[in-house]
Amino acid sequence: MPMLPSEFSGLERYAGKWCLATENERWKARMSSGMEELQELYDAVLPLVPEAMAYCDKFPLDDMPEDAVNLLRLVYSFVMVSFAVELWAQTYPPDTRGTDFVRLSEPLP
Amino acid sequence: MARYPKPAEGSWTQHYPHLDTKPISFEDSTSREWYELEKEAIFKRSWLKVGRVEEVPKSGRYFTREIPAADTSIIVVRDGEDVRAFHNICRHRGNKLVWSDFPQEETAGTARQFTCKYHGWRYGLDGACTFVQQESEFFDLDKAEYGLVPVHCDTFAGFIFVNFADQPSQSLRDYLGPMLLGVEDYPFHEMTDRYAFKVECRANWKVFSDAFLEFYHAPVVHVGQHPRALRAMITAGGYEAPHYQLDGPHGVVTTAGSLHRSWEMPPENVKPADLATRSGLFGPWEQSDLGELPPGINPGKINPWGLSSFQFFPNFAILIWEAGWYNTHQYWPTSHNSLIFEGNVYSLPAKSASERVGREMAAVSFKEYSLQDANTLEATQMGIEAGVIHQWPLNDQEVLVRHFHHEAAQRVADYQREKG
Repeated sequence: MPMLPSEFSGLERYAGKWCLATENERWKARMSSGMEELQELYDAVLPLVPEAMAYCDKFPLDDMPEDAVNLLRLVYSFVMVSFAVELWAQTYPPDTRGTDFVRLSEPLP
Repeated sequence: MARYPKPAEGSWTQHYPHLDTKPISFEDSTSREWYELEKEAIFKRSWLKVGRVEEVPKSGRYFTREIPAADTSIIVVRDGEDVRAFHNICRHRGNKLVWSDFPQEETAGTARQFTCKYHGWRYGLDGACTFVQQESEFFDLDKAEYGLVPVHCDTFAGFIFVNFADQPSQSLRDYLGPMLLGVEDYPFHEMTDRYAFKVECRANWKVFSDAFLEFYHAPVVHVGQHPRALRAMITAGGYEAPHYQLDGPHGVVTTAGSLHRSWEMPPENVKPADLATRSGLFGPWEQSDLGELPPGINPGKINPWGLSSFQFFPNFAILIWEAGWYNTHQYWPTSHNSLIFEGNVYSLPAKSASERVGREMAAVSFKEYSLQDANTLEATQMGIEAGVIHQWPLNDQEVLVRHFHHEAAQRVADYQREKG
């Protein structure tokens, strides 16, 4: 059973790992992945972000079908990994290993 | 060559006669004894922001707050139209009245009354003691004398403040003063999409706050947040604020909006993910329509305006951004060299998934640079605690740092004088 809308079947292979509901989970996934994997996800999602957002925007935020919610979560994961890929060339911001900044709550989805 | 005009005195620092231009000491940030004095002189008698009214939307909704700097825990509860605060202590034997699972941790919920977990004493939302288990076993006990101990509580622009003094020397509004009152009509209450963060950090509460009182560090610590093509230019350009202002113990710094307008930049100077999500470090590009905003949010009338960072002495800040969102910082000391930093990012409720993606980009950016600040400030604390160096130079872009330490020390001095 695909997790994403059929228009985005090209991203389906990233869905199992990266359609994550919370920032905590997305941060952990970024920290525990290699840069090659982050780069691959980034390269795959970047050109599709405008289409993905247009697709999700067809539904009210509080009544999105599950596959659209998964697509939105995948875009969130793209946002999360973009910092590693575009800025740091490593998973975490340089010189920040001694600290943490935990997101306690966020609007969902 | 200054990018922006300075006051007639030649600098922002000299514009304020209570400030000098000499190096300052950070012994106020390394001493256990000094911190104990600050608890009495500052945290037990200043107005402290503890929450927002949206956290207690209906009668009976409450939350607890641990405030180690005042050696206490409080309950904040809505009782009808009123928001009340009490010390979170049962009057019978001192058990913490409201907690869940972990006595040290904060909690929140809805209650018709508060019942002590120890011997079952009960208290109304107004704090009155309403029930004593086996009351007839006590000796001349009058329940009316055993209500919860109230804490002075008031609200400003939907922010809930408390004051632990027996009798605060100023009302909340007098304490805030005209500059901070100038943000009152900003639509804080409509901006209910909230991203909340927290970190425990090994730095003095003032040392941590210092990094948010100046942007002098931003082109160095945070330069990596910008695309590579811009970094050398940003660091070389340094930082200048077009406007600083002090009012009582409080302060504001405004930044210009020139760097904020990514949508006006050539695309090679913008991160591809920002282009894709139409958002970034300074918030979503599509400006939220907040209606007419109070002039007090840009007290220096700076154009183009980027943001104003309002420092509410002692430990709270509101940063209002041009793009139509705001975030808050709060610095809760837990010892002379440790604190809990709370950050919140607020905006209007997103109306669509793409708006929410824009907010996510801004919230993730906030985390990336807060991590850089927090780690750097632990390193700063280590340096000043070595005790090798006793005087530290501050420049004119650090005028709010100088003012902040001055105000904190002034309160300690006043307290010591009062105690003789």
